[in-house]
Amino acid sequence: MINFSAKGSSVSKGESLKDTAITLEAMGVDAIVIRHGASGAPWRLAEWVEAVVVNAGDGTHEHPTQALLDLYTMRQRFPGFDGLKVAIVGDVLHSRVARSNVLALTTMGAEVTLVAPPTLLPARVETWGTAVSYDLDAVLPKQDVVMMLRVQLERQRAGFFPSLREYARLYGLDARRLDAMADHAIVMHPGPMNRGVEIAAEVADSLERSVIADQVANGISVRMALLYLLLGGPEVTA
Amino acid sequence: MTKLLLHGGRLVDPASGHDGTADVLVADGRVAEVGPGLDGTGAEVVDCGGLVVCPGLVDLHVHLREPGREDAETIETGSRAAALGGYTAVCPMPNTDPVADNAGVVEMVAARGREVGLVDVFPVGAVTLGQRGSELAELGAMARSAARVDCFSDDGRPIREARLLRLALEYARAFDAVIADHAEDASLTDGAQMHEGEVSAMLGLAGWPAAAEEMVVARDLLLAELTGGRLHLCHVSTAGAVELVRAARARGVRVTAEAAPHHFSLTDEAARSYDPVFKVNPPLREKADVEAVRQGLADGTLDAIATDHAPHAREDKEVEWATAPPGMLGLETALAVTVTDLVEGGYLDLATAVERITAGPARCRRVPGHGGPVAPGAPANLAVFDPAATWTVDRAGLASRARNTPFHGRELRGRVVHTLLRGDFTVRDGRATR
Repeated sequence: MINFSAKGSSVSKGESLKDTAITLEAMGVDAIVIRHGASGAPWRLAEWVEAVVVNAGDGTHEHPTQALLDLYTMRQRFPGFDGLKVAIVGDVLHSRVARSNVLALTTMGAEVTLVAPPTLLPARVETWGTAVSYDLDAVLPKQDVVMMLRVQLERQRAGFFPSLREYARLYGLDARRLDAMADHAIVMHPGPMNRGVEIAAEVADSLERSVIADQVANGISVRMALLYLLLGGPEVTA
Repeated sequence: MTKLLLHGGRLVDPASGHDGTADVLVADGRVAEVGPGLDGTGAEVVDCGGLVVCPGLVDLHVHLREPGREDAETIETGSRAAALGGYTAVCPMPNTDPVADNAGVVEMVAARGREVGLVDVFPVGAVTLGQRGSELAELGAMARSAARVDCFSDDGRPIREARLLRLALEYARAFDAVIADHAEDASLTDGAQMHEGEVSAMLGLAGWPAAAEEMVVARDLLLAELTGGRLHLCHVSTAGAVELVRAARARGVRVTAEAAPHHFSLTDEAARSYDPVFKVNPPLREKADVEAVRQGLADGTLDAIATDHAPHAREDKEVEWATAPPGMLGLETALAVTVTDLVEGGYLDLATAVERITAGPARCRRVPGHGGPVAPGAPANLAVFDPAATWTVDRAGLASRARNTPFHGRELRGRVVHTLLRGDFTVRDGRATR
């Protein structure tokens, strides 16, 4: 197990992803888990190495293991995905968590609703096979799962919405909105949270509704399973 | 007196309207005679049976990277790539290092082109100092220089300020020069990586919306109308932009426009590979845009096919998509992509396709001696190609110093056999002579 980050490695000295790939390959690693700021970086890396490449989040593209652990967490609470109503709320445009969850959930038969200001929804979102709403209050009572996305402060500076206060008022999950949810509904968040912005402290800490701690715990099991299957498990044929 | 007889080919010469079997007799670098069954006594006879003979191709838009990035391309390697593509004239853009914004640099580029002698090099000068978009470069000095520049562009970036473009269009009238604009509203494309649409959304790559091109095209057309200046639009890539140009031409605006082969052959779907060889500015668009560009070339809304040949060093493209510079090679594949996708595809007949890559571009700016007509007395700048031959693009075999062709591995129809510059073979039997 070799751990390295851009900071403090040769990457910070200008080493290219390709050279990093060649170095890791020469070290004889069997798997590379990569988190990278550029969308598609794991794809490029996989073309250059023999080792198994696990995408641990690439830019604003995908975060597949997050989706796997999220689905596992939902599965612990609900009997199946068919018809399960899931709202994904927040900065869908820049969210790799949202992309992977939409792909996984729609594949499994869940009914996904994206809730965001129009400026934070991707182009042609109507082709994603989800419902879309700008009105969180209208959507909340019908959901089994409400997944809140982290909103990054720089999005406000880039003008995607006027202020964090307004964002919180329109799209934040607070105690009042929690009360509007169905009794069985759960709240999820991929972390790290901006308390008081997309999620209020009392919601995040709600023992009955919040499964955020379960997500963290399940993240460990799911990623262990993934590495086991990719490295120690039976031969995978693509 | 050296004589050469191109015998038995199909002469397609759009400038004279000729399309039919004819021999071309070349003597001392010039066309001596054109017609059927010419007497080849004393001449070297080159059998052109089954081949098309046409004016040498003219490319309004290339990047030869010299001076500054000779590791990616040089005037010599780019000239050789051009000759192999059937070209006899190319117009390198000024975004070199230093920028070609003064008489010294454009003269150096033109002189180096002459020294290499594989194609005629007609430099494009920068519109603004350093292409910074703040003050006009000395257009007059470049126009009156030995390079005789009559086309100016800040290509790579748009002329942001409407007032500055207005002044450039007006000022250039003194030299009957053309201003070629790269239409892109930079405030809409900040950080953009590819065409904005379904694919960019799925890939998580920031989008470059079609509107960012179209609003600047609209502005440019209005300013051309206001000033009466000569406007040329570089690499038109969207259906909306084609429509704007069509409407402007209908009301008599002085505008010419070009389209790049990759914009009439590839779509944004190619980005799904995350291979930056498909990253280009303006970006690969959607199917409907590709269709519109083809139609625009067919009906003459778009005058010219121009490659936007943009070589990049291997290490600059073997990176993450977002890190890579935009641009792709084009010189060695343009004619074949044109034959394959436009002619075989049923959009243009062969004669019209040849027009768009010879006489069409020669209409957009002055390239004396190029674009036809193939008539007695004219310099013998000619291309001979086999419209039926198929070949597979292999980036390793390119003459360009760079390897970033988006057509690697693709089978294309149409192969350049000979290229002649003033009667000398620069390419013979598909191989560069020098």
